[in-house]
Amino acid sequence: MTNALLTIDHLQTHFFTPSGVVKAVNDISLRVREGETVCIVGESGCGKSVTAMSVLGLVAEPQGKVVGGDIRFDGVDLLQLSPLEKQQLRGNDIAMIFQEPMSSLNPVLTIGEQIMEPLWEHLLLSKKEARAKAIELISLVGIPRPEEIMNAYPHQLSGGMLQRIMIAIAISCNPRLLIADEPTTALDVTIQAQILDLLREIKETYNTAILLITHDLGVVAEMADYVVVMYAGKVIEEGPVLELFSNPRHPYTRGLLQAKPVIGQRKKRLNSIPGQVPNLIGLADSCYFHDRCESCMSVCRLKQPELKQIDDGHRVACWLYEEESGLA
Amino acid sequence: MKAYIIRRLLYMVLTLFGASVLIFGLYALTPGDFVDNNPKLTDERKAELKQMYGLDKPVVERYFVWLGNAVRGDFGYSLQYQQPVTSLLSQYIWNSFLIASASTLFTWLIAIVIGVISATRQYSFFDSAVTIGAFAAMSFPSFFAGLLIIKFFAVDLGWFPPGGMITTGSNATGLAYVWEVIDHMFLPVLVLTMLGVGSLTRYFRTNMLEIIRQDFIRTARAKGLKEKTVVYKHALRNALLPAITLLGFELPALFGGAIITEKIFNWPGVGQLYMQAFSLRDYPLLMGFTMFLAILTVVSNLLADLLYGVADPRVRLK
Repeated sequence: MTNALLTIDHLQTHFFTPSGVVKAVNDISLRVREGETVCIVGESGCGKSVTAMSVLGLVAEPQGKVVGGDIRFDGVDLLQLSPLEKQQLRGNDIAMIFQEPMSSLNPVLTIGEQIMEPLWEHLLLSKKEARAKAIELISLVGIPRPEEIMNAYPHQLSGGMLQRIMIAIAISCNPRLLIADEPTTALDVTIQAQILDLLREIKETYNTAILLITHDLGVVAEMADYVVVMYAGKVIEEGPVLELFSNPRHPYTRGLLQAKPVIGQRKKRLNSIPGQVPNLIGLADSCYFHDRCESCMSVCRLKQPELKQIDDGHRVACWLYEEESGLA
Repeated sequence: MKAYIIRRLLYMVLTLFGASVLIFGLYALTPGDFVDNNPKLTDERKAELKQMYGLDKPVVERYFVWLGNAVRGDFGYSLQYQQPVTSLLSQYIWNSFLIASASTLFTWLIAIVIGVISATRQYSFFDSAVTIGAFAAMSFPSFFAGLLIIKFFAVDLGWFPPGGMITTGSNATGLAYVWEVIDHMFLPVLVLTMLGVGSLTRYFRTNMLEIIRQDFIRTARAKGLKEKTVVYKHALRNALLPAITLLGFELPALFGGAIITEKIFNWPGVGQLYMQAFSLRDYPLLMGFTMFLAILTVVSNLLADLLYGVADPRVRLK
């Protein structure tokens, strides 16, 4: 087993709003090994993106702040870095692509300029070298006529092409970790598959570790080596992808998997989990999922379950499995 | 593109025709004229003068005579100065242009710099101080600010002359003359800049704040670009785009004169001329000047639209 590239330990990122403190990321720990793809799954607003932004140090200050825990990348504590060191790390060792390719590129700069910027900044290439490298990157991500694309503006390209450009920018400095925040959510299905294929190719060619954030279990099944399920700012279950899909333990994970249509099975209605993610302000000391859970017990309303190992590499935070170890 | 410009030019002619009707109509319908105004004239002399100036003819006829001449670039004679309106305007307009252009330049420079800094440090001490300062500067009436500044800088400290464009009785030429004018310009430019900088600063601050929250700024940061590059290259360029339209409105203002400020500093600008023409009902001068401003407004609007196309690639190719 290879070494951990990114280690997040007990990370807490809070947002201080007028109506109270939002604990968007509440004691999260996870690990990404070299060349591994880890997926974070969860509903909207459960803290997936904030976790990613915390890694890059891009949480909007002063409202948002990392208040606890640590993030280590290749042994270096990212939270202790100076702004300059962080800036040198971003786009160079850790790169990121986002959900909305249409609005993620600057509308008044050419595509070429935007690809060349990190090359100038991190690899210190000359204009000429950067240009050659940018053209190479554009063809690498599968866009024809790269010279023409260099001089195009974002509004002239489609969403799928823009996401390819975003990927080209992200891999331009050979990052060791690529964070992809819902990279296919805004795209239509055929384009989604192409973008995922491209990400997989990159992973295989460059041995890049990928931290993929998504709410789409189809994407998880296709991409992940290891899955982390988040709910209301906490990790509630994690495990290798096969184990988690074949043997989900947490009622929330089960609900998610049942909510997914299966080809060949025609159901009148898809299963859904009733209710919504709770308001993250002023949460009581209970299991955050208890009011939506079909197997809710009295202990669930009183105490929060901890993340416990139940099988090799499979961990879950639920009182249902605490009993076995003689608790409650 | 060519068809677009031709269409816009046609609209321009129509707009100006409408403007000419309004301008002439309003001045013609105001009771009294230059001749009625003078109590020393006898009735016979008044009738004689009215015939001479063409004031006895029906309004519609007078309009078409005026329009016909105006199209050929002849706006008639100023009744008060007995000089062609065009040559009279060209004497005064450049004086106004001098202080207006200097203050516009300073206003924009200061507003952009302060707007950007206070947007990047929203809610900081600097930001609050600037926001309050901008409000204060905007709220001062120009006559009050002008008098206060004359009291401080001209009377108490004696650093700058209190008014005029050159020192009375001076025969300075060449570089000495230029220096003298700059010395006299300083205070009126200061007042005009102070009055303008507040609203423009707020405008740029709001624009920058909006842009800095956009996704592509987050991308620029995630690429590991320097904060300076993020703010000045990625954000500022986008924040300046809507300001081009604003720049279009500035052009007529450059030549329009600042009536109150010019009066206070006794600056021989077109604003003062305009005020005088009003009190004496020197209609040819008033109509000529108003029409000139209308033409400038329409032309600068077209220029702003074309410039916007140059600056924003999303508009350029349509």
